[in-house]
Amino acid sequence: MNLIAQLEAEQIAALGKDIPDFKAGDTIRVGYKVTEGTRSRVQNYEGVCIARKGGSTLAASFTVRKISFGEGVERVFPLYSTNIASIEVLRRGHVRRAKLYYLRDRRGKSARIAEVTNYKPKAEA
Amino acid sequence: MLRSGVIAKKLGMTRLFLEDGRQVPVTVLQLDNLQVVAQRTTERDGYTAVQLGAGVAKAKRTTAAMRGHFAKANVAPKRKIAEFRVSPENLIEVGAEISAEHYAAGQFVDIAGTSIGKGFQGAMKRHNFGGLRASHGVSVSHRSHGSIGQCQDPGKVFKGKKMAGHMGAVRVTTQNIQVVRTDADRGLIMVKGSVPGNKGGWVTIKDAVKKPLPKDLPLPAALKVAASVEAQSTEGGEA
Repeated sequence: MNLIAQLEAEQIAALGKDIPDFKAGDTIRVGYKVTEGTRSRVQNYEGVCIARKGGSTLAASFTVRKISFGEGVERVFPLYSTNIASIEVLRRGHVRRAKLYYLRDRRGKSARIAEVTNYKPKAEA
Repeated sequence: MLRSGVIAKKLGMTRLFLEDGRQVPVTVLQLDNLQVVAQRTTERDGYTAVQLGAGVAKAKRTTAAMRGHFAKANVAPKRKIAEFRVSPENLIEVGAEISAEHYAAGQFVDIAGTSIGKGFQGAMKRHNFGGLRASHGVSVSHRSHGSIGQCQDPGKVFKGKKMAGHMGAVRVTTQNIQVVRTDADRGLIMVKGSVPGNKGGWVTIKDAVKKPLPKDLPLPAALKVAASVEAQSTEGGEA
């Protein structure tokens, strides 16, 4: 392991984030810290995770898509951002792709994702 | 008050997530066996400076002349050597090893290195020219530089005219880079943003000339005294 990878691994360990097992197709709720002036609060953003990038590196990110007031909205979150207070998996979707960019062209019924009925949590290594 | 700089190796870039939610892009620079190899003094050389060496070079591949130079300083052969002008009171004794605590988090530095070579490049990439139009009769020469001068008067192309040519692989100094964090154990200095050159390339770091110096900087330099003594004693114990 080179020193950069080692530094990143150390920082991931130091951040001590408890990231749930989720993948593209899952509906998730992200608690994102918002600072308004001096006071900060947690804002929830709920939608379908359509992509995860960066694997297990420090630079990893995920994209959450939702339909807000009839308009598609996508937000990209850095997985290890200190602004993320919580990630909660609401529903596990059955999809056959790693990146669900095709959802951008779909609306309504055709944009639905079937739920995984036999989800098994990964065994703790 | 001129203080010695350091030679560092660029390891690469990463990011830091700070407690307040900010992300800081950082370049990681490493001090690799950075030692003082020689001193320049006013009496002998007419100016004062320290010559630092960094890295590890094979003795076999070091010229005899340089081997003698390193032997005189009683240091192992170095890969990279650079001189830093210092004021006379800031001369560092030969053989001393400089630690990453030489710089304080938050201070500003100037970093010089050899930029990444781009080869022969056109005027658009090399000098940010606009090129020619995409249509309106322009053929073949969409990315050309266009006219390079006037007519019979002056009848020549002025020297220094920006044209296509070799780009990159020159010494570049980036000023006012902020030090974000230092790690003395591993000899790491993390600075905000990018630094000229490739990964694995050598850069020199100096206190920023355009920013005031922080007050509590180590003078003449932060040295690895205790650490090296400990290392020697453990080596002795094992032997």
